[in-house]
Amino acid sequence: MADPVKFMVDGQHLQAPAGTLLINAAKEAGIAIPAFCYYDGISLQAACRMCLVEVEKTPKLQVACTLPVAEGMVVHTDSPQVRKARKGTLEFLLTNHPLDCPVCDKGGECELQDMVFRYGAGESRYRETKLHVDEKQWSPIVFYDAPRCILCYRCVRICGEGLGVAALGIGNRGAAAEIVPNKGDHLECDECGACIDICPVGALTSGTYRYKTRPWEMEHVGTICTHCSDGCKTTLGVRNGDIMRANNRDRSGVNDEFLCVKGRYAFDFNENPDRLTAPLVRTNGELKPVSWAIALATVAKKFSEVKAKGGTFGVIGSNHTSNEENYLLQKFARQVLGTSNIDHHRTGDVATLLDALSGRTNALAATADLYTTKAALVVDSDLAQEHPFLAYQLRANWRHHKARVYAVTPGPVREDNYGTGVRAEPGREFEALDGLRSKLAAEPELLILFGAAVKGEAIRQLVAFGDSLGIPVKYVCLVDYSNSRGASDMGVLPDLLPGYHHVSEAGLEPGMNCDQILSAPNLDVLWVVGANPLARQPLAAANAFVVVNEMFLSTETARRADVVFPAMSAYEKNGTVTNVCGDVQKLTKGAKTMGTKSDLDIIALLAKEMRADLGATTPEQVFEEIRTAVPGYQKLPFGVIETGGAAATSPLNGRVQFDPRPELIRPAGNTLFTSGTLGRFSPMLNSVIESPGALYHDPHHRPFIEKGSGQIVTVQDK
Amino acid sequence: MTFSPELEARFAKLLKSYPPGRTRSAVVPMLLYAQDEVGCVSQELIEEVARRCGVTTLQVDEVIGYYSMLHRKPLGKYHVQVCTNIACQALGGEELYEHASRTLGLGNKEATPDGLISLEEVECMGACSWAPAIQINYDFHHLVTPERFDRLIEALRDGSYGKKAS
Repeated sequence: MADPVKFMVDGQHLQAPAGTLLINAAKEAGIAIPAFCYYDGISLQAACRMCLVEVEKTPKLQVACTLPVAEGMVVHTDSPQVRKARKGTLEFLLTNHPLDCPVCDKGGECELQDMVFRYGAGESRYRETKLHVDEKQWSPIVFYDAPRCILCYRCVRICGEGLGVAALGIGNRGAAAEIVPNKGDHLECDECGACIDICPVGALTSGTYRYKTRPWEMEHVGTICTHCSDGCKTTLGVRNGDIMRANNRDRSGVNDEFLCVKGRYAFDFNENPDRLTAPLVRTNGELKPVSWAIALATVAKKFSEVKAKGGTFGVIGSNHTSNEENYLLQKFARQVLGTSNIDHHRTGDVATLLDALSGRTNALAATADLYTTKAALVVDSDLAQEHPFLAYQLRANWRHHKARVYAVTPGPVREDNYGTGVRAEPGREFEALDGLRSKLAAEPELLILFGAAVKGEAIRQLVAFGDSLGIPVKYVCLVDYSNSRGASDMGVLPDLLPGYHHVSEAGLEPGMNCDQILSAPNLDVLWVVGANPLARQPLAAANAFVVVNEMFLSTETARRADVVFPAMSAYEKNGTVTNVCGDVQKLTKGAKTMGTKSDLDIIALLAKEMRADLGATTPEQVFEEIRTAVPGYQKLPFGVIETGGAAATSPLNGRVQFDPRPELIRPAGNTLFTSGTLGRFSPMLNSVIESPGALYHDPHHRPFIEKGSGQIVTVQDK
Repeated sequence: MTFSPELEARFAKLLKSYPPGRTRSAVVPMLLYAQDEVGCVSQELIEEVARRCGVTTLQVDEVIGYYSMLHRKPLGKYHVQVCTNIACQALGGEELYEHASRTLGLGNKEATPDGLISLEEVECMGACSWAPAIQINYDFHHLVTPERFDRLIEALRDGSYGKKAS
């Protein structure tokens, strides 16, 4: 067979690699062949008949979406016969379509509307009464309106192939055919909404967005999801400062168009009526709203007094705030307050991994590697629950590139369904890995993703295991929350400065860690920025002055505060965040809540109030300072990040000196339907029947291997 | 779910008749054979077939929704299918179906209260040369007039059906 194949489309001589589908080959040359059911990345369906083209010497019109180009093929995509066929196809698709465009959510961005406008006929020959079927609600999120459906199977395929959930199918046939959910009258699934966003028409609509607005009334702001650490791009549809919807239809982020239920629908915490909109200061035992001026002055005065008398500060940062905020917070703590008592809720032992890999290049995986690596090994993580995008990406790599995926976990995981699953009781992961050694060593390369059970010395053991395989190995330390990695990288740690320099390099002593701060009886001031540490451990110092930056008053920590600053959410500010794989991406301000300020502004204003000079204080300036000063961030290409791309941080050159304290590593244990304290404030997340979900959940009730059972079992071997 | 030894043997043979990894191909024949034994495609049967063929129950549901010869509700002991597709229609099939519906007092896919007879309007069953045609369970009856139909029904009722020429 000739390769490349030479052929002709609409008079243009073209060539393409053998096996290229005509629809794609034409697109490369700028010739648009319209289609509904054809969709990049999922299997071919040839259901809609919209892409019919004329191929010379072929008696009937051909379907361009399943037709590979052939040597000498002569194609016409705009002949009278083709135009007639398209008109006819659209006439058929509209036979029972209600044409309720004026009230349809999809109106204005509907592929059927666009196609009829461009290729359709202005009138129909059908005079028969249209079949009507009532709209159905399948979950709080998914609604289905059968008459609008054109049966392109996109939803069925993305759910089955993309997610591996297969919750949608086709019921009945002919004119009565419609999409049906897996539980008869309702859905039990990931509630990710991929089916809704992939729908070319208004057949599938979301409970969040339906009948709320028209697409042209919104501004579309691309930013990074604030729930888990995967760093999915989510495009917020914002109207008058309110978020109406979130999706990623422009496929612009690391996540292509993948989003889980949290990225698509759990933005509703942002407009929760419990949002704080004014600073609160405790007077006579009660938190009362005051002006920003009073709140800032109160805190600045207290901070100055405690500093002057040589008192003890404790600062607990966040794994949700931006890199700039984390950076400025540690700078404020160390330079203005003069304390090293700063820490955050650690969810993964990134520092030990960086130390174990110091001096190596190409040993840290970027997000994009999950889609291209030849083989991947997941150790102790229920990826589909805890890192839904990473799970999707590994599956896509298997679908598109036949990647081999291995999972060593205590319970059943979705990777078992297409890869090799090994059940190992907690603590015996390495024995299970030994059992896989010969198979893994036979792979050309390997990407290892490990959960929080692998920390401290176990990470060094894992890297030694990787080295012993004799193949190139890359690692991902699975941290939780949207910027855990950034908090660690920016030195929100008692013994490490930004870029993992030991504090002694700056002439400082290591400070107290999170647990020590909370249990220190002599603590004078506790400042918590965007975290809820008191949910886990009470504060020992009864008289400590507690300052909290928070969005909600009802967290355990905010309720104990003496001053609460109402903070902006990640969707309301600019900055950067670093995802689980170390890719840096830009947060862009979308929504607005009156009365709130970003944590960056709060830190900067407090510094001014205390007459301290922090230097750079805008997100742009602080990011420049990070790019100048922080190892790992020095080579970040500004243009890539500024234009909404993802840029990988670089590995460290030397060893990391620090006190590892693996007992402080506490995984969030979030499922698809929980999101730490933040998840409590999303009504949508709590309303789906699958909520809160469970880790290592298994519908087939295969065994979860308990600690102490002494078992290692291979359940699937492919 | 347990089936008769004959049916189990049939299933075992079926599952071996397709290339490896293609056990889903057995869904349709399994449903058809099991329906005859069970009386209809019950939820329990759907789950059993899904398990044996390695597909989801939703995939089995899709098949049942597509093929009109698979029934979720029990039919009569004698299932009477009247063709109203083009050839039969031209030779009185529609009138025959209406006659059947009226005399039996049954709508499409309904069964008599005693469970003896059920009626269904079907598409072409490949007996166009002898239209109008009906099918009672697996037996064809050709060139059926309303009078002949009535005699057949009478035979079903008095138990003489299949015992003497009708």
